[in-house]
Amino acid sequence: MAECHPVGFQWVMEAKAGGATVVHVDPRFTRTSAVADLHVPLRAGSDIALLGGIINHVLTEETWFHDYVVAYTNASFLLREDFRDTEDLDGLFSGFDPETATYDPDTWQYERDGDAEEPDPHSLGASGAHVDARPRRDETLQHPRCVLQVLKRHFARYTPALVEEVCGVPRDTFAELCRVVVENSERERTTAFCYAVGWTQHTVGAQYIRAAAILQTLLGNIGRPGGGILALRGHASIQGSTDIPTLYNLLPGYLPMPRAGEHDDLGSLVEAQALAKGHWGDARAYVVSLLKAWWGDAATPDNDFCFDHLPRLTGDHSTYQTVQEQLDGTCRGYFLLGENPAVGSANAKLQRLGMAALDWLVVRDLALIESATWWRDGPEIESGELRTEDIGTEVFFLPAAAHLEKDGTFTNTQRMLQWHHTAQEPEGDARSDLWFAYHLGRIIRDKLAGSTDEADRPLLDLTWDYPLHGPLDEPSAEAVLREIGGWDASGAPLASSLDLADDGSTACGCWIYAGVFADGVNQADRRRPGHEQSWVAPEWGWAWPANRRILYNRASADPDGRPWSERKALVWWDEELQRWTGHDVPDFPLGTPPGHEPGPDARGPSALAGDDAFTMQADGKAWLFAPTGLADGPLPAHFEPQDSPVRNAVHGPQRNPARVVRASAPDNRYQPSGDEAGSEVFPYVATTYRLTEHHTAGGMSRWLPYLSELQPEMFCEVSPALAAERGLENAGWATIVTARAAIEARVLVTDRIPSLTVAGRTLHQVGLPYHWGDQGLSTGDAANELAHLSLDPNVHIQEVKALACDVVAGRRPRGAARNELVREYQRRAGIDETTGLEDR
Amino acid sequence: MAPYLSELPVGWLQPDGTPRRMGFFTDTSVCIGCKACEVACKQWNGVPDDGFTFTGYSYDNTVGLGADTWRHVAFIEQTAPAGDVRWLMSSDVCKHCTEAACLDVCPTGSLFRTDLGTVVVQEDICNGCGYCIPACPFGVIDQRTGDGRAWKCTLCHDRTSSGLEPACAQACPTDSIQFGPLDELRERAAARVDALHERGVGDARLYGASPDDGVGGAGAFFLLLDDPEVYGLPPDPVVTTRRLGAMWRRAAAAGAAMAAVVAVAFVGGG
Amino acid sequence: MGRGGEQRMVPRAEPRSYYGEPVLNGPVWKVPDVPAYLFLGGLAAGSSLLAAGADLTGRQVLSQRTKLAALAAISGSTIALVHDLGRPARFLNMLRTFKPTSPMSMGSWVLAAYGPAAGAAAASSVTGIAPRCGVAATAGAAALSPVLATYTAVLLANTAVPAWHEAHRELPYVFAGSGAAAAGGLAALLAPGEAGPARRLAAMGWAVEAAAVWRMERRLGSLATSYEQGRAGRWMRAGEVLAPAGVLATVLGRRRPALRVGGGAALMAASLCTRFGVFEAGRASAADPAQTVGPQRERLSAHSPT
Ligand SMILES: Nc1nc2c(c(=O)[nH]1)N[C@H]1C(S)=C(S)[C@@H](COP(=O)(O)OP(=O)(O)OC[C@H]3O[C@@H](n4cnc5c(=O)[nH]c(N)nc54)[C@H](O)[C@@H]3O)O[C@H]1N2
Ligand SMILES: Nc1nc2c(c(=O)[nH]1)N[C@H]1C(S)=C(S)[C@@H](COP(=O)(O)OP(=O)(O)OC[C@H]3O[C@@H](n4cnc5c(=O)[nH]c(N)nc54)[C@H](O)[C@@H]3O)O[C@H]1N2
Ligand code: SF4
Ligand code: SF4
Ligand code: SF4
Ligand code: SF4
Ligand code: SF4
Ligand SMILES: [Mo]
Repeated sequence: MAECHPVGFQWVMEAKAGGATVVHVDPRFTRTSAVADLHVPLRAGSDIALLGGIINHVLTEETWFHDYVVAYTNASFLLREDFRDTEDLDGLFSGFDPETATYDPDTWQYERDGDAEEPDPHSLGASGAHVDARPRRDETLQHPRCVLQVLKRHFARYTPALVEEVCGVPRDTFAELCRVVVENSERERTTAFCYAVGWTQHTVGAQYIRAAAILQTLLGNIGRPGGGILALRGHASIQGSTDIPTLYNLLPGYLPMPRAGEHDDLGSLVEAQALAKGHWGDARAYVVSLLKAWWGDAATPDNDFCFDHLPRLTGDHSTYQTVQEQLDGTCRGYFLLGENPAVGSANAKLQRLGMAALDWLVVRDLALIESATWWRDGPEIESGELRTEDIGTEVFFLPAAAHLEKDGTFTNTQRMLQWHHTAQEPEGDARSDLWFAYHLGRIIRDKLAGSTDEADRPLLDLTWDYPLHGPLDEPSAEAVLREIGGWDASGAPLASSLDLADDGSTACGCWIYAGVFADGVNQADRRRPGHEQSWVAPEWGWAWPANRRILYNRASADPDGRPWSERKALVWWDEELQRWTGHDVPDFPLGTPPGHEPGPDARGPSALAGDDAFTMQADGKAWLFAPTGLADGPLPAHFEPQDSPVRNAVHGPQRNPARVVRASAPDNRYQPSGDEAGSEVFPYVATTYRLTEHHTAGGMSRWLPYLSELQPEMFCEVSPALAAERGLENAGWATIVTARAAIEARVLVTDRIPSLTVAGRTLHQVGLPYHWGDQGLSTGDAANELAHLSLDPNVHIQEVKALACDVVAGRRPRGAARNELVREYQRRAGIDETTGLEDR
Repeated sequence: MAPYLSELPVGWLQPDGTPRRMGFFTDTSVCIGCKACEVACKQWNGVPDDGFTFTGYSYDNTVGLGADTWRHVAFIEQTAPAGDVRWLMSSDVCKHCTEAACLDVCPTGSLFRTDLGTVVVQEDICNGCGYCIPACPFGVIDQRTGDGRAWKCTLCHDRTSSGLEPACAQACPTDSIQFGPLDELRERAAARVDALHERGVGDARLYGASPDDGVGGAGAFFLLLDDPEVYGLPPDPVVTTRRLGAMWRRAAAAGAAMAAVVAVAFVGGG
Repeated sequence: MGRGGEQRMVPRAEPRSYYGEPVLNGPVWKVPDVPAYLFLGGLAAGSSLLAAGADLTGRQVLSQRTKLAALAAISGSTIALVHDLGRPARFLNMLRTFKPTSPMSMGSWVLAAYGPAAGAAAASSVTGIAPRCGVAATAGAAALSPVLATYTAVLLANTAVPAWHEAHRELPYVFAGSGAAAAGGLAALLAPGEAGPARRLAAMGWAVEAAAVWRMERRLGSLATSYEQGRAGRWMRAGEVLAPAGVLATVLGRRRPALRVGGGAALMAASLCTRFGVFEAGRASAADPAQTVGPQRERLSAHSPT
């Protein structure tokens, strides 16, 4: 965190000064470890085993937060009789189809009371999907099929011995870790987990987070101050770009993008979202208001509010799938607005080959990044695989204005929007992305003006009337935020999403952002100093939803509405006023008393019982067991990374059976793993990561002298033991090889990369920053040349945090010899197009 | 009283309206090595880059203070016999000495002491004689190649003289760099050392905080977790001009001796 | 398992350093500019003193030749200094202040006063114009000569460079002796007819320098290595060989011109070598963190046993 969120880390340092214990779990000893009280080095890719071990510890030692768990989680819910766990099926859950390598979640459902309606667990919207709102429960938690008992059986095998074997974490260290976490999780104290991509970039990434969620839920650390699982986000506003998504399968506010065939009218989409219980019950109002914001007066009840203007999904259109389609020739044009896949995306070579197959490519960026110059002097030009004159792609480069050159918001890790003002006008031809999007739309609409073609209506009906200002005709970013914040029929700004109507009388560009312009004030632009307000600091910026700083904060009070402890009081039920109140904005219907039992026909927020603290969940509870919503199982289970020198010690299948693999293209070969023949050719585990001194694929740092001089060259970090084994010298050169590529890097020999004892033998790890490419002031090989495309099935994120590799001393071969070296390794390891797909 | 004094925050002034001595307390025990200070310094002061060379010295590729690096973050990796690792990080800077050798030896008056008690080079007066460079007991000030003049931290004279915090201190996320009236900083630092000792961090010690040290106390002092030399700092620096009187006396004596020898040489013929 | 910033981690291995990097920023003065500047200053000083003695003892030839030598030497010295600064204008900045704490400031003023005096003395003795002024100038130059010869020693000693600073007691004698020997050698070959004093000066100057260097290296202890080893060591040894040889040649050279010339050249070369040696010793000393840290550690443990 100190490495990648140094400014946010100041609060960790402040907490430490206030007596907090800081633990850092990371294969490497980093800047964070340097100031942590305890550093726990582990093998990259093994965290589910570690977290499973802590969960097992908490369950067997009975140190979980009993009252919290009984009241606010699904621990007491009963599962169906036909559910089978990985324990029963050696690593598989019931519902697995080997043909498609996908799960059918039917059997993961709760056991239903006879009269309850049939839920549809298959729709995977962001709403967490449908489950039974009032399933059968056993408050005593003794029933063999209640979630808690299933949990106990599932995690029983994650013993300290297994943790030691899989993760390489010694038992005394593990015991210390458990002690710290447990001792800081009770009525008076809370534990927070911070994670970022060290936990997500795995073929089981989503299940890492599930494991942490289960642990935090058991310990009663969700919805309480100082608790939670904090996803430390990436680019300064990456949170904003998921709320108002750059993701192909979502509409603003985590509404699903309609699927061709499935969602042929507004009703069917809303149906898929409107949960029996909680805020999602009002899904129709959210969708209708969104359509009104986009198509204004053209959107009427008669035409389903222009629902048919929305595009439909016909399948997977994620970035890695798109690269495949470029190679297949089905994707012919590409916009890169602030992305440098030639360096930043897994298997960078495939990325470049994909772009080389396009008709046209538009790159809008601050600098002439590798994704704009690969055709001129990329690695394939050097190796002779591509010749500039043979490349048909027409590449357009448009200089972009940086965040200091435009107005707008950043939405940070805390879901908080902060407004930033233009510090200086962009120079030369540089323009903001808002300018580009607006004027591109304007010009296209002008060209289509008067068209009678139905296909042009979605564009022509758009409300495209943002005020322009300044010499560059810059659209008003505030006007856009206003639309996002929403207004009612009279045009008055909305106060919150509770004001949204499903009759077309309100317009709102993103329902969770409703209220960001409440009272006509840009709430994101508030900067009242902390010492002038309460410790929650509600008047600094604005957090969604409804300026709430801690989600599910109803759980900070006990079932009767009293804070678990004075020390940790956040919101509570005020007996006099008969309403919820507190330091933060209560995350609960204000008038619903703690003991409330909803009537049988109640729906939406009014269907929430007094102790349904998890208001966005279909059953109002925190999920220790996920009856639906995940593609690879209702509970986390440890699987080895796609390429791993280690045999899976926990289950039969070596790798996540439901992972997404790209039918192995010649440039995307997988490696033998564990005890498969040839795995010894790649004996080390490489992990890739960031340095404070650089930013991601380098466009914002490798062109700046003040940052480049701080880390001037690509390097690798190795332990003295590995250096000795491979004859590497500090400040010398090393070549790192996988089945995809060979790259070179300067060598940093350091005790900060410990060699671990895993499965009884010494395992060396290799640290690889991934910031470099061949352009800019500071250059070097890209770590992503080494990476393969094997993805988490839930979010399609690449597995770049754990890769088996080999390391040799000296620089890599040049020209064609570079690929020859890789093919040589493939031959030695006996690799072909079926390798790495065995357990599929 | 200089006109700009009116712009200074009251906290920077003494009861009589004259400025207090301002300086730095750098608490390396909370430094996370983010180098924001190093970058902010260059950005604000327009200092050129210091070259692009990979050193293999942990995460330090700018090596030390010089004409083109006025804030420098040192990285020291240590491993105990038991295998425990610790990673020391420390942001070094000009000490703005009470008895500043650089200032004493400067023949042009280019180096001067500001109303805030800081030591600053005037680039329009410096003639590049280079004398200040070997005179500094901390190896701070240095000559810029191509330009010939001497450069170092100005304690952001332009900012501080109008009441602004120095760029490096403002950029520091963890308050490892604290800017303020020197006397207050010294009290705060002493308390911090006690607190750390109570928490079992026995290695914590102050460096440059004592007015009785060889330079009369540093205007920028540090809390270190190991011996100064481990961070590239001299353990017991003494301002070179402390012995200047004695030196001149020796020189006079030697000169006299020379004259005497010449006189003697004329005794006798040839 | 690692712990952030806690108990001492490594056993002490003295003296410790930061990756062996120097603690100090070493002298940036150019070579040969500054060694030459040091040497020529000493040569000029010795020559002016001889000139004054020659006037008082009525040795016309010696007087005139040494005055010219002084003028040439000081001109060369000034040129060397200006070249090191880069631009002539920059020398004028030296005269913005009069600063006793800065030997370079003092030296600049000495130069500024001595230069004209030496010039006037030489001019008047060659042209015979304004003899009274000539006498005054000669006296003035001679009066300034002792400082001129030794202030450069203070200039070097008054730095943080250990090998210079710790040698502050002997350096002035090294420079004074070295200057006297060089001037003697030069005069002996310029004015063979009246060279008695010059020969004696050369011999005595060498004796003083040799004694001072011997004492300096003893007293410097571990720091002496910077004078004994490497480039500096080679320069110093060259000086130590050349100087006595030069003296011998000068003495024996009374009637043999070749020997005389060789002797004078050797003595000047020896003096130049010494200055190069001292200069290089300073650079080596500053570059070695052990030389900065070692003595300071000893000093500390002497005061407070840890
Ligand atoms: N200075 C700087 N800051 C940044 C960025 C940058 O490039 N530079 N990028 C921004 C972006 S886009 C993002 S997404 C965030 C990412 O922030 P982080 O996730 O912190 O960044 P990483 O360094 O990629 O990964 C974090 C750590 O995960 C460790 N790790 C690797 N594999 C494993 C594993 O299996 N288990 C565990 N427990 N740890 C593992 C690595 O050693 C590394 O130290 O940072 C943001 N902030
Ligand atoms: N091996 C490995 N690969 C990884 C990761 C890893 O940890 N390891 N991390 C992954 C993660 S988390 C991320 S986020 C990606 C990042 O990968 P990319 O997003 O491809 O890399 P960036 O360098 O962040 O690209 C952002 C570009 O946007 C430009 N830019 C900045 N501001 C603006 C603007 O206002 N407008 C426009 N148009 N452009 C702008 C920058 O100059 C930069 O070139 O890398 C992923 N890839
Ligand atoms: S770069 Fe921006 S986002 Fe990253 S730590 Fe600094 S302030 Fe925060
Ligand atoms: S540290 Fe050096 S440069 Fe800074 S004031 Fe002291 S002597 Fe001068
Ligand atoms: S280099 Fe400049 S600042 Fe340093 S002593 Fe000479 S004149 Fe003064
Ligand atoms: S005070 Fe100013 S000049 Fe000095 S180091 Fe900090 S930023 Fe640089
Ligand atoms: S900014 Fe602060 S924390 Fe970062 S390196 Fe500098 S002193 Fe350390
Ligand atoms: Mo990211």
